[in-house]
Amino acid sequence: MNEAEQQAFEQEIYAFVGEVVYPVTPAPDDVNESMIRHWCEVLGETNPAYLDQDWAADSARGHIIAPPAMMYVWGQEGFQVTTGRAANAQSNLVETFNRHGFTGVLGTNVKQEYFREVGVGDNIAVQMVIDNISERKMTSRGPGYFFETLATFTNRDGETVGTQRFKVLKFIPQEQPAAAASDDGKLETPTRIASVRGHDNGWWWDAVDAGKVLIQRCTSCQTLRHPPRPMCHECQSMEWDSIESTLDGEVLSFTCVRHPQVPGYPKDPICAVIRLAEGTNLVSNVVGCEFEDMAIGMKVKGVVEQVDEKTALPQFYPA
Amino acid sequence: MVANVKDKAVIVGVGNTRFSKESGVSELNLAVQAVKAACDDAGLHPSAIDGFATFTMDANDEIEVARTLGVGDITFWGRSHYGGGAATGSLHQAVMAVATGMAECVAVFRALNGRSGHRFSAGVSEGVMTADIIHWGWYMPYGLLTPASWVAMFTQRWMELTSVTKDAFFEVAHATREYAVNNPNAFFYQRPFDRAEYDAARMICDPLQLFDCCQESDGASCVIVTTPERARDLKQPGVSVRGVAQAAAADQEQMTSFYREEFAAIPEMEIAARNCYEMADLTPDDIDAAVIYDAFSPIVLWQLEAWNFCGFGESGDFVLDGALRPDGRLPTNTHGGQLSEAYIHGVNGIVEATRLVRGSSLNQPAKDVNHALVTSGVGIPTGGALLGKLD
Ligand SMILES: [Zn+2]
Repeated sequence: MNEAEQQAFEQEIYAFVGEVVYPVTPAPDDVNESMIRHWCEVLGETNPAYLDQDWAADSARGHIIAPPAMMYVWGQEGFQVTTGRAANAQSNLVETFNRHGFTGVLGTNVKQEYFREVGVGDNIAVQMVIDNISERKMTSRGPGYFFETLATFTNRDGETVGTQRFKVLKFIPQEQPAAAASDDGKLETPTRIASVRGHDNGWWWDAVDAGKVLIQRCTSCQTLRHPPRPMCHECQSMEWDSIESTLDGEVLSFTCVRHPQVPGYPKDPICAVIRLAEGTNLVSNVVGCEFEDMAIGMKVKGVVEQVDEKTALPQFYPA
Repeated sequence: MVANVKDKAVIVGVGNTRFSKESGVSELNLAVQAVKAACDDAGLHPSAIDGFATFTMDANDEIEVARTLGVGDITFWGRSHYGGGAATGSLHQAVMAVATGMAECVAVFRALNGRSGHRFSAGVSEGVMTADIIHWGWYMPYGLLTPASWVAMFTQRWMELTSVTKDAFFEVAHATREYAVNNPNAFFYQRPFDRAEYDAARMICDPLQLFDCCQESDGASCVIVTTPERARDLKQPGVSVRGVAQAAAADQEQMTSFYREEFAAIPEMEIAARNCYEMADLTPDDIDAAVIYDAFSPIVLWQLEAWNFCGFGESGDFVLDGALRPDGRLPTNTHGGQLSEAYIHGVNGIVEATRLVRGSSLNQPAKDVNHALVTSGVGIPTGGALLGKLD
């Protein structure tokens, strides 16, 4: 995703902030002793304030209360969710993330706050909104956004009983180590590590940028040499020019670099030593075939390609 | 005691480049111009040079200077540290090398763009362009970034040429691991493995899998070296360096000598082996045990060939016959090697080779170990040493 695409995407998702997921929705069941008892049994909760009517009658409250953490339970949809839920703002947001490759999902934290006790016979209504969406973050799971829903629980009188914030990370699952974010927190798409360019090699890389692979040639004895060097190893002449390679070649050896995976590189790149038709050797990638189809001696044909935003490289295909 | 190097080395040629504030050329260009000028002054072809001495601060790799000049094989390079103090230090290195016969013709050089390039006044900073960084630039953009990836490239081709299979790689890794199992200081102490576990380990760079690769370790190793006279007064039985050699063969690159006519080879190690044997007046038959640099399992095989324990392509059968095992022809990496003891850049190997000659290895072979071999890494300018009992 380039900068403009990222901006458009962010505009789309940030429009969800403030959207209502559930309007104020009363629970199907009033607060009742049976559901409290079931919930406490499951969680191993033994507090008599929730379970023991006699004990509670003698307490300051004079009656049992519902466990505060149950506030989210009362409004849960029933068994019908197994056949699907109606679309809402949250599911639409999730779908938007998924469409743009942020298919990973991770609930990162839940924070509940309690303001008011709830007794048997009351009814808890829940309202949920999409409260906030973070900037794009680089996480160990991959690049993504945190979005947080805010659920507000109210009693029959409309008083706030408690709130719950639920934070979810939607991310692009990474098959390679995560790239570093730049100082301003914006994601920089990693690119391949470039060669530095000096007096003796810069002209070669400049030619690659222009779509050509050159081979240095001694103008005194015509010997070709690669990588470029300032003196002919045969006759010690420092005069040279270059020829353009046809990029017809043959694989002398190869490997698939599976580990470690490096940001900015394709997964499992095939690297090869290629003998060019002109007679010099060149290290490059072989693309356009499976590793299983690689063989020493196979004929390849190269072409200079833009492999990422910043990098042009010769890449070889089976001939 | 005064070192006797009198009249054993002589300066025979001198050369300067143009001096300026803006050379407009690389430091490599300057270096080869100066060396060529000195050769001309001496009436020598560059191929007469077999050694270099320079500063550690010099940005030029000796092997790059050698390739560029068409020097061919080199058997000595020595760097002197500490800035300007290295001026006579470099000469000292060259004189020692010549006096001892390590090299016959050593070019002492220093080349720098000290004004237009990196200025000392600028202090230490990023963005210094070195020959090393330019060298890696031929490989990094393609993803060839790690030692495993470079060695894999050699290995794939060597397997094709020799028909040696991973059975031999496993034997190297397994023999080594069995030694480590007895070594409390080894990472894999009491942790044997079998072929199924080896085969199931993840692929790193085809054909190298996890257990074909050495470890990454914290640690340090040291050996103390002194004179024979002094050694006789000390507590431990002396272990003498019978032979020692360095070598970089023609057209050498650092880990990526992919431009040789046949690059599935380690001619530099063959030179080191030949020179060591000659210096020590020993043959492979005299060597009873070995510590062979094992950053990756296949490189042990290549070195067995380079050191003439077997012929080219025969190392697979050699190890599958049990040669590396305790009762084999050449018990090897008896400490567990860098595959299974620890990766201390080969110095732990010198410790173990010394112990083998003393008779104190944790996996000491039953036979007498009169001579042990220890080697340096593969794919780079390298070397080795032959150790024996002090007479
Ligand atoms: Zn020439």
